[in-house]
Amino acid sequence: MNILAIDTSNYVMGVAVVKDGVVAGEYVTHLKKNHSIRLMPAIDALMEETNTSPEELDRIAVAHGPGSYTGVRIGLTTAKTMAWALDIPVVGISSLEAVARQGAFFDGYICPFFDARRGLVYTGLYGQDMDVMKKEKNVLMEEWLHELKQLDERILFVSQDLAVHEDLIRDVLGERAVIPAYPYHYSRPSLIAFSGEVKEPGPVHELVPNYLRIPEAEAKWLEQQKGQ
Amino acid sequence: MSKDQYILAIETSCDETAVAIVKNERELVTNVVASQIESHKRFGGVVPEIASRHHIEQMTITLEEALEESGLGLDEIDAIAVTEGPGLVGALLVGVNAAKSLAFAKQKPLVGVHHIAGHIYANRLEKEFEFPLLALVVSGGHTELVLMREHGSFEIIGETRDDAAGEAYDKVARTLKLPYPGGPHIDRLAGEGEESIDFPRSWLEKDSYDFSFSGLKSSVINTLHNAKQKGQELKDEDVAASFQASVVDVLSTKAVRAAEEYGVKQMIVAGGVAANSGLRQALEEKFAAVDTELLIPPIHLCTDNAAMIAAAGAVAFNQGHRAGWDLNANPGLDLEMYGERKK
Ligand SMILES: [Zn+2]
Repeated sequence: MNILAIDTSNYVMGVAVVKDGVVAGEYVTHLKKNHSIRLMPAIDALMEETNTSPEELDRIAVAHGPGSYTGVRIGLTTAKTMAWALDIPVVGISSLEAVARQGAFFDGYICPFFDARRGLVYTGLYGQDMDVMKKEKNVLMEEWLHELKQLDERILFVSQDLAVHEDLIRDVLGERAVIPAYPYHYSRPSLIAFSGEVKEPGPVHELVPNYLRIPEAEAKWLEQQKGQ
Repeated sequence: MSKDQYILAIETSCDETAVAIVKNERELVTNVVASQIESHKRFGGVVPEIASRHHIEQMTITLEEALEESGLGLDEIDAIAVTEGPGLVGALLVGVNAAKSLAFAKQKPLVGVHHIAGHIYANRLEKEFEFPLLALVVSGGHTELVLMREHGSFEIIGETRDDAAGEAYDKVARTLKLPYPGGPHIDRLAGEGEESIDFPRSWLEKDSYDFSFSGLKSSVINTLHNAKQKGQELKDEDVAASFQASVVDVLSTKAVRAAEEYGVKQMIVAGGVAANSGLRQALEEKFAAVDTELLIPPIHLCTDNAAMIAAAGAVAFNQGHRAGWDLNANPGLDLEMYGERKK
C-alpha cells in the first residue's frame, strides 16, 4: 500500500510517502511559515524524489486537528480533495495522537499538548499502544495538570510548545513528569501514515477538522441566547 | 483547435462554496453554488471563521455535484481555475488548496483568477465582449468602474473612497432593522415607497469617476434619528426608496458619463448589487439614449459563483497564464496588477 501522509495542523509541516511499510521519504519543517504556499511544492518534490505518481497512491492520511484552525483546514482540504480526485480513501488522525506516537516506547502515560493561548492547551492522555486514557480537550493547563496528578503514573510530555508550559509541568508533577530531549517533541508524518494504514477510512465528504472549540462568534451568540 | 476545452473553477472568497465548468470560454456547462447564508443570518453578517468551516465541509461535496451534473470525467477537464483574491483569507485558502490538490492529483494546469475579473467575465457567458468596454462593478465589497481595452486588461477609472455600495445597503438595512442580507429587502421596500426624502448625492470633483457612500449612509441614519426625536413617523418604504434613488442616481449618471467619454461599445454591470431592480431600471433608462450597449447578466451570474471564475480563468489560461504549486490566497489582490501579470 502506498500512503501519502500530511500534517499542517501546527507549525510543524510534515509530508511522508510510505510504500508497503517502507518509509520512502519524509519532509518535516518546524517554521513559522505559510503552509498554504509550501505544502503542495513539498508534496510535489517528495513524490518526485520517491518516484511516486499521484495515481500510484492507495491512501492518504492526514492530521485532522486539533491545532491552528487555518493550518488544519489547509492539510485537510488538500488530503480530501486529492483523495476525492484520485478516488482513494482518506483517513484523519488526531494531531495529538501523532505527537504522542513519539513516545511509543515509554513505560507510562503520554501527554501530548499544543498551546492554545491564555493558559489553555489542546491535550489528551495516551497509554501503551496509543490507548486513549483521557479524551482530547481544550483545557487550562493548570487544571489539566492537577487532574493528571491524581493518576499514580509517570507521564511523558511531548509538545512543540513545551517551553511555554515546562515550568508549570515540573511545579505540579515534580519527578512524575518526564520530559524527553528536543527531537522527540515534533510529530512525524511517517507515524501518521503508520496510524492511517490500520485505521478504517470513512467517506471522504464526512472527514472534517476536529477543532475542539466552537468559533468565538458562536460562543458569544450562545451566551446571548442563554441570557434571553 | 477542434477539441472542446473545459475549465473547472472553484470560488470560495466569501460565504458561497461554488464549483462550475465552462466549455470553450463562453458556454456554461454546470454552475453549483452551496450558500451558507442561513448559517450567517443569526450573526447579522458573514463570520469569517464560520465561513471557512463551512467551505471545508462543502468543498468535495460541491465538486462531486458539479462533476456529476456535467456528465464529464475529471480527465476531460483541461485546466483548474480558482479565485485567489480578493476576499476573506480563510475562505479563499480552502478554495486555493482544493484547486491545487485537484490540479496536482490529475496533473492539470492551474490558473489563479481575480474575483472582480470573474464578476466582469460572467457577462461573457451571455454575450461576447466588444472592446473597449466599461464594467460597473457593484457588490458588498466593491464599487468600481473598470475600463477594458482588450481581454485580460483592467484599468480602474473610478472606485469608492469609503464604503462600497453594497456595504451602504447593508448598513442602512441594519438601521431599518431588516434581516441580513439587507440589500434585497431595501430593493423590495423601495419598490413600494415614494422618493419623499431628499438625501444627498455625492458627486465628488467634477471629472471624478470615484464614488463615496458614507455621507449618504450617515444622512439616512441622522434623518431617522431626528424624526424619532421629533416623534415623526417615517415610512421605511419611503426611506428605502429615497436612499436607493440617491445610490442609483450617482451610479448610473457616472456610468453614462464614463461610457460617453471613453467611447465604449459596451457597459457591463457586474457584482451582487447588479441584481438590484432599481439600479437595473435606472441604467436601462439612461443607456437607452446613448450608443453604448448595456449588459446586465441574469441574477444567478451576478451573485458570487464559480462560472464567472471559469469564464475569466479560461481566457487567462488561453493567454498562457499558469499558477505554480506555491499559489496562495491573496485577500488584497489588486485588479490592475493581476491584469498586468506576466505568464
Ligand atoms: Zn463577489
